[in-house]
Amino acid sequence: MSGVAMTKMPAQTVAPKIEVRERQEPPAEKGTGKAKVAVRNLDFFYGRAQALHNISVEIPERIVMAFIGPSGCGKSTFLRTLNRMNDVIPATRVEGEVLIDDHNIYDVGTDVVELRRKVGMVFQKSNPFPKSIFENVAYGLRINRLTSSYSELEGRVEEALRDAALWSEVKDRLKTSALSLSGGQQQRLCIARALAIRPEVLLMDEPASALDPIATSKIEELVFDLKKQYTIVIVTHNMQQAARVSDTTAFFLLGKLIEVNSTEKMFTAPNEKLTEDYITGRFG
Amino acid sequence: MNAVRPVDRMRRVRSAIMTTLTGLCTLLAVGILLIILSYIAYRGIGSLNFRFLVDSPRPVGEGGGIGNAILGSVVLLALSSAFGLPLGISVGIYLSEVGKGRFTSAVRFIVDTLTGIPSIVTGVFVYAILVLPMKHFSAFAGGVALALIMIPIVARTTEEMLKLVPHSLREGALALGAPQWRVTLGVVLPAAASGIATGAMLAIARVSGETAPLLFTAFGSRFFNYYLDQPIASLTVQIYNYAISPYDEWHAQAWAATLVLMTLILGINIIVRFLTRKRF
Repeated sequence: MSGVAMTKMPAQTVAPKIEVRERQEPPAEKGTGKAKVAVRNLDFFYGRAQALHNISVEIPERIVMAFIGPSGCGKSTFLRTLNRMNDVIPATRVEGEVLIDDHNIYDVGTDVVELRRKVGMVFQKSNPFPKSIFENVAYGLRINRLTSSYSELEGRVEEALRDAALWSEVKDRLKTSALSLSGGQQQRLCIARALAIRPEVLLMDEPASALDPIATSKIEELVFDLKKQYTIVIVTHNMQQAARVSDTTAFFLLGKLIEVNSTEKMFTAPNEKLTEDYITGRFG
Repeated sequence: MNAVRPVDRMRRVRSAIMTTLTGLCTLLAVGILLIILSYIAYRGIGSLNFRFLVDSPRPVGEGGGIGNAILGSVVLLALSSAFGLPLGISVGIYLSEVGKGRFTSAVRFIVDTLTGIPSIVTGVFVYAILVLPMKHFSAFAGGVALALIMIPIVARTTEEMLKLVPHSLREGALALGAPQWRVTLGVVLPAAASGIATGAMLAIARVSGETAPLLFTAFGSRFFNYYLDQPIASLTVQIYNYAISPYDEWHAQAWAATLVLMTLILGINIIVRFLTRKRF
């Protein structure tokens, strides 16, 4: 959608329609500046095909970083290397380092279960379990034994649903099927499910791509609120969305990381010619 | 309104012909089934009464019933389900969720081959490995024979049903820090439960009609039997014995027993459907 709007613009100007939202940022949202995630020289292969080439990037704590780029550029693949979700795909291979809190998650002794508890993920297509709303949110808490009593469990479920801005809509029907919710609600349920286990990093793979504008704006507001507590990495096709929600933006092209910059700089005066070409809609 | 173009008219005629044809084929298939069912009901209903359902067989002319055969069939089905369903479902889980590579392909191929083995072969096999060493026919051997028939059916339907569960559900659970076995047992299996139950139902329905393997294993009995290491009656073997007998009374009883067998399968079907109905 955004691409259509932008291709009509004169090629020499940098997309003026993309506005970076002016915000009054409370100090807590600035982030601590410490790198929560540091990726060093990461290569990734599907069989013999190399999907990621020598990616190095640092993601500071408590900010929102957006990954943009055309389809198939490797941004989702890269996102999935951050919680080793690619492990479940056969014949894939990783080289390089992903340090989370200075610990390389690809070290042999890494507990993948523990890693994924710490690095939560929300998928492009909402994927609620065919269970009740309550059980969906409680799932992560139950399997990780994070609560010691049922009342504590209930409390954590409510908290997660509140954080995901879904509580008021579902509080009277927690025992009904999660599949009875609308698409936008299902996606927020999946966010609540990820938040319930209190991850430190939240990976979002195009969380609003299948949603209507109203549901999308709810998710975006949510992302904005959540960065007070979480480090968030969001993949998006929608450049306006990247501009609206993120502090820093990374541009991927053909498996390479072309540019990482503050979102404001990225959408007004990017350093790289390729970034400018993509953002102004000259390709992609 | 414009006149319908000849090309469009042809298309409509073709469409109407094909619709009628498929409708007729459906009617034919369902019709034959209905004729069979109603003929069985018509022939069987006359000899059906309470005593027939609870009595054990008596000599010709003295009435008697099929109570022992009903009990025997239920025991045999319970035994075979107890052996066959867990094993079959486990194999299905292995094929879909755990195994990868050549070994899994080999297992799948073997399972497919087993599905096609004539049931009498299974009967003879169990006769050789269980009945001969035990030196007599037994309900246990019958249950094993039926279970061997069930396993490949259940395994393949379970595998297919598990593969229908979207991959995104597995990833969703894994992303929450769930280990593989909890994903399979807690998320994937429940999501496929009703499909797996249908597969189990098909397998049970299939073996409840089996006669040949039981002739070599459970053998049949004219008395109530409460011991699993003894020969046991079954509806199918009873029907077979009565149907090939020269007595009209036994023929009538065979029809009635057939009606009971069908009702039994229908009953199991309804109960399983109810227990595994989609709740979410």
